[in-house]
Amino acid sequence: MIHLPIVPVIIPLLAAPLCIIFRSKQLAWSIALAATWTSFCVSILLAIHVVAVGPLSYNIGGWPAPWGITYYIDTLNAFVLLIVSGMSAVVLPYARKSVEMEIDSSTQPYFYSLLLICITGLLGITVTGDAFNMYVFLELSSLSSYALIGMGPRRRALTAAYQYLIMGTIGATFILIGIGLLYSLTGTLNIQDMAVQLRANDILGSGNRTLITAFAFLTVGLSLKLALFPLHLWLPNAYSYAPSVVTIFLAATATKVAIYMLLRFCFGVIGNGTIFQMTLGKIILIPALAAILVASIVAIFQYDIKRMLAYSSVAQIGYMILGISFATTTGLTAGILHMFNHALMKGLLFMVMGAVSYRVGSVYINDFRGLGRKMPWTMAAFVIGGLSLMGVPMTAGFISKWYLIKAALENGWWDVTILILLGSLLAVVYIWRVVETAYFNPSHENEEDIGEAPLSLLIPMWTLVIANIYFGIDTSIPLNLAQQAATLLMEGI
Amino acid sequence: METTIDIVLLTFLCITAMAIIHIRKLFCAIMLLGIFSLLSACLFVTMDAVDVAFTEAAVGTGISTILLLGAMGQTNAHEKRPPYQPILALLVVLVTGSILIYGTMDLPAFGTPDAAIHLHVAPRYIQQSPIEVGPPNMVTSVLASYRGYDTLGETAVIFTAGIALVALLSAPYKKNELAVKNEQGSLSTIQPATLHDHLILRIIGKMFIPFILLFALYVQFHGDYGPGGGFQAGVIFASGIILYSLIFGLDTAMRVISPTALRLLGAAGLILYIGVGILCILNGGNFLDYNTLASRPVDGQHLGIFLIELGVGTTVFAIMVTMFYAFSFRGRHST
Repeated sequence: MIHLPIVPVIIPLLAAPLCIIFRSKQLAWSIALAATWTSFCVSILLAIHVVAVGPLSYNIGGWPAPWGITYYIDTLNAFVLLIVSGMSAVVLPYARKSVEMEIDSSTQPYFYSLLLICITGLLGITVTGDAFNMYVFLELSSLSSYALIGMGPRRRALTAAYQYLIMGTIGATFILIGIGLLYSLTGTLNIQDMAVQLRANDILGSGNRTLITAFAFLTVGLSLKLALFPLHLWLPNAYSYAPSVVTIFLAATATKVAIYMLLRFCFGVIGNGTIFQMTLGKIILIPALAAILVASIVAIFQYDIKRMLAYSSVAQIGYMILGISFATTTGLTAGILHMFNHALMKGLLFMVMGAVSYRVGSVYINDFRGLGRKMPWTMAAFVIGGLSLMGVPMTAGFISKWYLIKAALENGWWDVTILILLGSLLAVVYIWRVVETAYFNPSHENEEDIGEAPLSLLIPMWTLVIANIYFGIDTSIPLNLAQQAATLLMEGI
Repeated sequence: METTIDIVLLTFLCITAMAIIHIRKLFCAIMLLGIFSLLSACLFVTMDAVDVAFTEAAVGTGISTILLLGAMGQTNAHEKRPPYQPILALLVVLVTGSILIYGTMDLPAFGTPDAAIHLHVAPRYIQQSPIEVGPPNMVTSVLASYRGYDTLGETAVIFTAGIALVALLSAPYKKNELAVKNEQGSLSTIQPATLHDHLILRIIGKMFIPFILLFALYVQFHGDYGPGGGFQAGVIFASGIILYSLIFGLDTAMRVISPTALRLLGAAGLILYIGVGILCILNGGNFLDYNTLASRPVDGQHLGIFLIELGVGTTVFAIMVTMFYAFSFRGRHST
């Protein structure tokens, strides 16, 4: 029981080299499946424990906090841990057929190994309480995701991966510079201890220039990683050319983990929300609003639907950052909740894309003609995912939008409220384009019959459909976790 | 005196960096990058960070130069002039640079004894590590024990880099493996190597390679007492093999150590590291708590550090050679 915090990270990390040793695609998939499900189960146990008993910490190597590396799990970590491990557990059953189709069979073990390393990296970032350890696992997740994107079926995947590699490396370097400067100020790498040392040495109030620079680098670096407008340029290409499974997984988790890092540094280290709102909060408000508006409009004009959803992701990231930039408990709740809900809906929508490209071969808007009849279950899932994305009541997306609007009204920001609603209307427009083509346009005459997607794709997809509806009706679990996390962040450490 | 050395080194560093940006011949740029690494290694030495300098010299000057040359073999040796003047990029770089300089203004001066980094965590590392952990080289204590988990992460990063490369270059890689087998089956003679006619290189290489490998082993096992450890040792051992394959040809090298063996070794090193961690849990401690590995805690630390350094060395060696093979194979296929 006391070793639980390390288990979700170590199991996929151990599974990754095992996939390489056995080099059978079937075995690699089974190992990956077992590893992700173990991680997910342990994450659930951890979340239950954290909510019931309180924060958990675990000293790796037996060395106490500032000297060794400590895992520290509170409600926020536990929640993000659930998102990442849960999504990987849902994606893996989906992966077998989809990967079989898109990846050369001799490279499949490498693919699963890299996917496991990416999962390890993201989970490692989430559970650690040590700033440099966070960077090490960020490296792990980034490096593997560049390779995973580059394994996409089309040749342009390599260009997209290269673009992401350059942008991501700049981002990671900036984060490292930020962590380095914080270390030179505080003499510690433990995030909680950093906050304590900043207060003890009275660095916080004095307008220390090194501290300002450290946070400037951290914010810009993390904004690159989480694709905040206008630093999002790598994202549409990366998402549209990556293998379907990679797009599903990264869209549902990677940007959320970067947002988590931003929260951890900005609230965990600086402390309470007031300082954040006076400084960084104001700065990231404008890009967040621009993301909602501009990315949604750009999404309307996309012909590649995967690309359209990628732009929609940029817009949705804008919502999360907007919630955070309010720096109120309601705002943070909305932001954190939207991380969860967005993982559910974008995971679902990209799964639909994966299924369509499995049957049709590509996901241009024209390929959707007549799919409403040919792939009824898949397209029904798309409709529900789309409704959730717009924020229609009874779906998960509604809850986070609701809290976001509530937070905006609490602050008395009417103009922001109008922008949020406008963003939802734009989502209606781009989702409707696909729905209209699928259900109301006649199918191509000379095309051979396309069947429904195989069950192994449909079951994970419909699991997410049910999750989208369930968490739109019974919101207690994610809402409680998000509220607790927001309260923790506002109190500071 | 030290200031003068620093100033000279930094000036050279700046000149080299400018030259790398300016030059269009990729071969020259790669050589300059090697010099850049060597200069930074010297700077690390003047800062008394010998372990870092060692790594930089082995990785930056040695392996990465070879890998970059391998990558260059896939493309042109000449960089195309971009169709536009990247003024925006220059602006971003200038802004970033000036912010960095602005940020250093409130930093404690270099080497001040009362700076936060010297007062908070460091004293325990300096005073207690010989008693708690054991090795006289406290860098090893920090890297392998206090922050051993970071080192595990870094080993995994190296492993990831290797399998990422193989995954991306693999389709032609496969074809060539078959081709080699066929040639061996039909002719069973050693392929003429690129440097076959260079008698001096062959003889000097033959003389040096055993010593390079021996030195790598020394670095591996002497890391407790002086600068060194698994990373450096793995890289040096790999450069011995790479030198061998440059002189005697890829096929000969692959008979010495095959890609399959490397694949297994690379994974095995990482598994060994994680395995030690799990063994510590089974013995009743936390993950990577080496104290539990033997009856006396310090013996346990010694054993634990020995094992994980072995894991690091194995993985780094195997992955470096794998990357070299991957590039060379592809290079041969495309030409």
